Amino acid sequence: MAGVTASALTTEGRPAPSAAKGPRPTGPAGGVLAGLARIRWGRGTVLLVAGLYFLVPIATTLWFTVDNSPQGFSLDAYRQIFTVPGLWPALQLSLLLAAGTIVLVYLLLIPAVVAVRLGSQKLRTVVELTCTLPLVVPTIALTAGISDVLRWCNDNLAPTPFYATFLYAQNANFPVVLLLAYVVMALPLAYRTLDAGMRALDVRTLLEAAQNNGAGRTRAIVSVILPNLRSAMLNTAFITLALVLGEFTVASILGYVPFAVWIVNGNSAGQGPVTVAVSIVSLLLTWVLLLVLSIGSERRNRAQSTH
Amino acid sequence: MTTDPAPATTVAAVPSPAGPTDSSAAATSTAPVTDKASGATVQFVGLRRTFGATTALDGLDLTVNPGELVALLGPSGCGKTTALRMLAGFEMPDSGQVLVDGEDVTRIPAHRRDAGMVFQSYSLFPHLNARDNVAFGLKMRKTGKAERHRRADELLELVGLPTHGDRYPHQLSGGQQQRIALARALALRPRVLLLDEPLSALDAKVRENLREEIRRLQQDLGITTLFVTHDQEEALSMADRVAVMHAGRLEQCDTPAELYARPTTAFVAEFVGTMNRIDGVLAEDGKTVELLGQRLPVDGATELRGEVQVLTRPENVRVTAGGGQGAIVTGTTFLGSSTRLAIQLPDGTSVKADLSTHDAAALPAGTAVTLSLPDRPVLVDTRR
Ligand SMILES: Nc1ncnc2c1ncn2[C@@H]1O[C@H](COP(=O)(O)OP(=O)(O)OP(=O)(O)O)[C@@H](O)[C@H]1O
Ligand SMILES: [Mg+2]
Repeated sequence: MAGVTASALTTEGRPAPSAAKGPRPTGPAGGVLAGLARIRWGRGTVLLVAGLYFLVPIATTLWFTVDNSPQGFSLDAYRQIFTVPGLWPALQLSLLLAAGTIVLVYLLLIPAVVAVRLGSQKLRTVVELTCTLPLVVPTIALTAGISDVLRWCNDNLAPTPFYATFLYAQNANFPVVLLLAYVVMALPLAYRTLDAGMRALDVRTLLEAAQNNGAGRTRAIVSVILPNLRSAMLNTAFITLALVLGEFTVASILGYVPFAVWIVNGNSAGQGPVTVAVSIVSLLLTWVLLLVLSIGSERRNRAQSTH
Repeated sequence: MTTDPAPATTVAAVPSPAGPTDSSAAATSTAPVTDKASGATVQFVGLRRTFGATTALDGLDLTVNPGELVALLGPSGCGKTTALRMLAGFEMPDSGQVLVDGEDVTRIPAHRRDAGMVFQSYSLFPHLNARDNVAFGLKMRKTGKAERHRRADELLELVGLPTHGDRYPHQLSGGQQQRIALARALALRPRVLLLDEPLSALDAKVRENLREEIRRLQQDLGITTLFVTHDQEEALSMADRVAVMHAGRLEQCDTPAELYARPTTAFVAEFVGTMNRIDGVLAEDGKTVELLGQRLPVDGATELRGEVQVLTRPENVRVTAGGGQGAIVTGTTFLGSSTRLAIQLPDGTSVKADLSTHDAAALPAGTAVTLSLPDRPVLVDTRR
């Protein structure tokens, strides 16, 4: 699942402009040609190495799923995806958690980022530091902390009315505890993408212009800032989705079985080919989704600029 | 892209003073969209505002009459924007009041104030086309879609961009964006229009066109307008009255002609137009001053005594050939119909004098000349 996360991170923006767009017009012709040849070789090598680095593991994984040793080629593993026990509940849990995380991250961060744009430098530093903190805390430490807190709650909350809430927060169908952990883990990247989107806007002036036109503060944010933040919000959602789908450590230690945990469990339980086939399918789905997103935003841009 | 239409007339540097009565008379000769509320009276009363150690407003008092265009003029940082933002509701005064038609609006939130604002930076909503930008306020007021679009198109027509409704901000030039912003500011039929240096990001030609159009629109609509600028030509050419601000206070508020001819403080005198400073000596009673071999009455009462400097405009300095005073022409600058002479007095002071180009031709550099001032009250200030 690490592949999902990586691909989401690298494709968040539009494709970077290619470095070499033909030879530079200056300099003697021979020099340019020689330079061109060198550049092409350099690029080729880099492309080859990078390609091998990404494709070989994927290719071998693919091979593993379709090679049914004694009989040869077989698509059985892919057929089993639809019948294998536990996959759908696990996927459902992961998607539910992802949706919850995305909503919570929006609710937390969008007002915060707007406030940072309007407020003082001090506030900005505080928010930035807070949001970066989860990067420095190792996931395993976070999990250990959560476990400790849960144990303490279990020992001390039992006689209090909070116990029902506490149990509900650990409900295996929708573990709020896990959701909260994911929100914390998503903060650093989500903050960065939202803040980058906000940087392109003159937030203060836009808000004031909206207020001047009769919109209250909240209404101004919803009707003027959010629409202009759409692509940043999409990026945030995507990164968060990838993070939640691929997260293993916290979920596994706390004893829940979302997607990633199911794959690993299945693998060690002898369902090897199916679980790996699921990984491949999820990778493909991720790519398709990314492609759709980038084509969609490109089309919108073109529609806006060709009026 | 369509360019901004050419100006009908050129803007005179100093127009004849047009009082509020003139503009309200013009307001009754209605154009299409002038189904309007008449402008409001705006009063700033003792406004104070400090940001940490800086004092942005230090007791500002100013009254703007209905339908009047007042230009707020002053050096950078004197509090012009802060004053405007208080009227728009984006800034709270530490003390003092903002009155609109006699009613204190200080506590009313920005979105319920009856003031349309055009910002200095481009402020159109990037995700909306020009028509929806203009119609934004109407949407907030829950006006129906058809009515909204009708009104927006009407306003686009009014600002001279009837065919640009479908364009997005990034497809419009700076001048066009500010026109749309003006249309947007007018969409809710505000009774006060606030313009914070709306032209400062535009090039000279577009500025001049837009300046005139804003003035025409403002007069047609009869809307009370505050126009912030630090370009004195802009202020003098557009405004009914010009309010000169300095360090958070009002220095003087008068018609352009009055302001230019009879500045009441040394700051205004030097900030508006060009001023000469010539050494003189005040009489014991402080009522007359002696300079250049003349004795002239002093304008207003002064606390000063003894050695002072007299402030006088280049066009008031008379120059005749011939020595005696020891003044020498050191250079000439051709300005068109007039020529500006630079003259050095024996004490080293440099004086500028504007003469008709014909007269100046007889006084090339190096000529010994005599300076005199017309026998009118003059403004005096401490020596520097
Ligand atoms: N939000 C703020 N925080 C801190 N200081 C401020 C703030 N707004 C204004 N000031 C200070 O108040 C003073 C007046 O500012 P203001 O923007 O009103 O000046 P201005 O006359 O509009 O100047 P300019 O012509 O440069 O636009 C300045 O010294 C400015 O630094
Ligand atoms: Mg300003």
